[in-house]
Amino acid sequence: MATQAHGMGHAVKRKEDARFLRGKGTYIDDIKLPGMLYLDIVRSPYAHARIKAIHAEGALAIPGVLAVITGRDLDKYGLAWMPTLMSDRQMVLPIDTVLYQSQEVAAVLATDRYIAADGVAAVEVEYEPLPVVVDPRKALEPDAPILRQDREQKTNHIWHWEVGDRAATDRAFQEAAVTVKQDLYIPRIHVSSIETCGCVARWDPVEGKLTLWMTTQAPHAIRTVVALVAGHLGLAEHKIRVVAPDIGGGFGGKVPVYPGYVLAVAASVLTGKPVKWIEDRMENIQADSFARDYHITAELAAQRDGTLTALRVKTIADHGAFDAAANPSKFPAGLFSICTGSYDFKAAFAEVDGVYTNKPPGGIAYRCSFRVTEASYMIERMADIMAHELGMDPAEFRLKNFIRAEAFPYRSPLGWTYDSGNYHAALRKAMEKIGYADLRREQAEKRARGELMGIGISSFTEIVGAGPSHTFDILGLKMFDSAEIRIHPTGKVVARFGTKSQGQGHETTYAQIIAHELGIPEDDIVVEEGDTDTAPYGLGTYASRSTPTAGAAGAMAARKIRDKAKKIAAHLLEAHEDDLAWERGKFYVKGSPDRAKTIQEIAFAAYTNHPPGLEAGLEAVAYYDPPNMTFPFGSYICVVDIDKGTGEVKIRRFVAVDDCGNIINPMIVEGQIHGGLTMGLAPALYEEITYDEDGNIRGGSFMDYLLPTAVETPRWETDKTTTPSPHHPLGAKGVGESATVGAPAAIANAVIDALWHLGVRHLDIPITPWKVWKVLRERGVTE
Amino acid sequence: MVSRISVTVNGTAHQAEVEPRLLLVHFLREVLGLTGTHIGCDTTNCGACTVLMDGRPVKSCTIFAVQADGRDLMTVEGLATDGQLHPIQEGFHEKHGLQCGFCTPGMMMTGYALLQRNPNPTEAEIRWAISGNLCRCTGYVNIVEAIKDAAEKLRSAPAPAGAGR
Repeated sequence: MATQAHGMGHAVKRKEDARFLRGKGTYIDDIKLPGMLYLDIVRSPYAHARIKAIHAEGALAIPGVLAVITGRDLDKYGLAWMPTLMSDRQMVLPIDTVLYQSQEVAAVLATDRYIAADGVAAVEVEYEPLPVVVDPRKALEPDAPILRQDREQKTNHIWHWEVGDRAATDRAFQEAAVTVKQDLYIPRIHVSSIETCGCVARWDPVEGKLTLWMTTQAPHAIRTVVALVAGHLGLAEHKIRVVAPDIGGGFGGKVPVYPGYVLAVAASVLTGKPVKWIEDRMENIQADSFARDYHITAELAAQRDGTLTALRVKTIADHGAFDAAANPSKFPAGLFSICTGSYDFKAAFAEVDGVYTNKPPGGIAYRCSFRVTEASYMIERMADIMAHELGMDPAEFRLKNFIRAEAFPYRSPLGWTYDSGNYHAALRKAMEKIGYADLRREQAEKRARGELMGIGISSFTEIVGAGPSHTFDILGLKMFDSAEIRIHPTGKVVARFGTKSQGQGHETTYAQIIAHELGIPEDDIVVEEGDTDTAPYGLGTYASRSTPTAGAAGAMAARKIRDKAKKIAAHLLEAHEDDLAWERGKFYVKGSPDRAKTIQEIAFAAYTNHPPGLEAGLEAVAYYDPPNMTFPFGSYICVVDIDKGTGEVKIRRFVAVDDCGNIINPMIVEGQIHGGLTMGLAPALYEEITYDEDGNIRGGSFMDYLLPTAVETPRWETDKTTTPSPHHPLGAKGVGESATVGAPAAIANAVIDALWHLGVRHLDIPITPWKVWKVLRERGVTE
Repeated sequence: MVSRISVTVNGTAHQAEVEPRLLLVHFLREVLGLTGTHIGCDTTNCGACTVLMDGRPVKSCTIFAVQADGRDLMTVEGLATDGQLHPIQEGFHEKHGLQCGFCTPGMMMTGYALLQRNPNPTEAEIRWAISGNLCRCTGYVNIVEAIKDAAEKLRSAPAPAGAGR
């Protein structure tokens, strides 16, 4: 094993691999407690119906079935409803009405998971179907049935949100030489992490303590929510322990609280026994929070020479039956206001209306920071449409309109201050790497021969690292994050963070940050997360916030330790603090490098020989409240060939140049980009969940919801530029989601680039062979 | 109603009485405590539950334990020998072929089986071989690299077969 400290910028192999490679990870379903019971859920076949009766007798007659829990049972304890993160409320179990297909209707508690499933099959529910609304535009019509009868406001409209200067934007459109307008639908998709959601709840009646192991990306926030919701039942925050074990992928889908978690807790409190709930894949896809579902109308205005002047966007956001998105409180439409993207607009205006429909709740992320993919896809599609409309090369058009490198920090017309960027450099690098000019020549030759080839660019700007406490909170909890570092007498470290890795490799990268700051080898550092009894309070891992917030907290805690270590070193070296200098891993007397104390010697002294007047020990906690968001960016170029006979889109090459500031571990960053690109490919060409007019889900299992396999996924080509964040202590930015944000538009732009000369301006994603074949047939290009 | 089955798992013989409807994956995980084999879907699509049955990769969520009666099974726990990682495991570590680790056991078992029958696969052959195993984290590039790496190592110095074979 290596015993040196590597620190930032090194492709350190991952610490967490050791257990995963041997099948020794501990995921939620691996937890098995003595006497554990199993909970399974009865779900609605209807998208909207009144519950006339629930007959539990058949289920209760099955040996091993212990209870059937209904909404009326929960209502006695005030638990039939729970608050959502967006200050709406959501049914745990319905008292009389279901609002979407596969909604939880009753829970069956049994001694075995097979018996619980038998019980679910034996529960008989009588429904009276009600009129269904699946289209949010129809939900806003005056005669639409009101879905949320529990609310005072008798409307399906949830909220209106707007940002920017409407009057200035309208003026710019009136004065514009060229305008383009396009409807873009970004369909509903589902994160579908390979591990589904679940929990084990253990209520200890003697200690009065609840331990909840659960698939959560935000254990501390969950604990607080449980304490606030169930306080009237005697659950207090110091007696609630939430543990997020190894998580088999999150991508945003493990931020919300689902009814199954609440039911397992209620069942454990009721029985005094541990209760496990694990959803199956169909429950996961059909009922857990979804992403996107944005109906956008976008307009761009430009001068004749191609200079962009204004952006105007109107969006209807389908939030399903409950507004259970996981956005910061002040941002019902997330960070959609990043939608001016990488371009220097003089005026912009965006508005979004949230709407209820008979679909599962959500508007959660899909590996992206709060609606940033929606914003990025919109602006990058529109940029291409405008470039084509003007007859300009899409690359040239972007280079003309990018925010200039010297303009940072840049204040956008929608209110963000971009920390740093060099967009021209990233796009030029991508163009060089892919051989852009040659590709354009090849395309012209092929077009002359009637072959369909397209080149698509996406030059995105993200906004990640929520966030500064003056702006960002979830249910009032400020979105700082935390780190605690304890150095033990022999110089070995246990460090704990308020975030929770779901595959991002925090055990390795956080150790690298500490190694970088303190010179202690990564092998001597253990990183722990996810246990609210031990880790400092933090808001969790999503929206690419771990490095910008908790990573920064790790650096700040390490620097506090270094400050104290300096005092101890001065004592040991009998020198004045001002005469000491730091070289990674040791303090030495300036001018006498031989007179030095290593961090390990200092750690030992902190417990055996600490200076008079100084507290013993060597540890620190830091809560990092970022001064600004970080703004990673990149330029992606995609080349596609289209089969005229079948309409199939084949990605020939895809070059991704990313800039996430200073890099902690290049191997892990590249892995994050590979994964993000694949989750950008997915909605561009394959994934979509649709509903028929009765609210029946089409695409509710892996049989018909098409995750890309290794065969569909191209060999991604990656590169980078490095523009450090000026405000992050390590100059780093988030990266986990950049590629998911940037990739869809690059692929869609490539397809339309191949078809523009045929008069095709736009196809909504996913761009399936059927959609392409249909337009080719309409235009007489194929039979 | 229960049935009596005899199976060999990672070289160890087991006998058990199981319900006929018990899925093989639940037998491995719940009866034998081998939780390295995961469950990711109900429809034989994701491959997280892939194990080897008589040397061939199968999806253990779609096989009843009784169908494994008399068979020789190998799971991820059987890959390492005497604490020494198998080259397929080393490949995944060296090439960063895993992130959350949930699909990894199934991926490695599929990769292991591929290299048993095709010691020198092309990239396309690797991609087709793992096309029944879904990964949401890695984008597959480094999984392909990991299997290539293992193939190279196995060709230059054949490792002892895992304990199950």
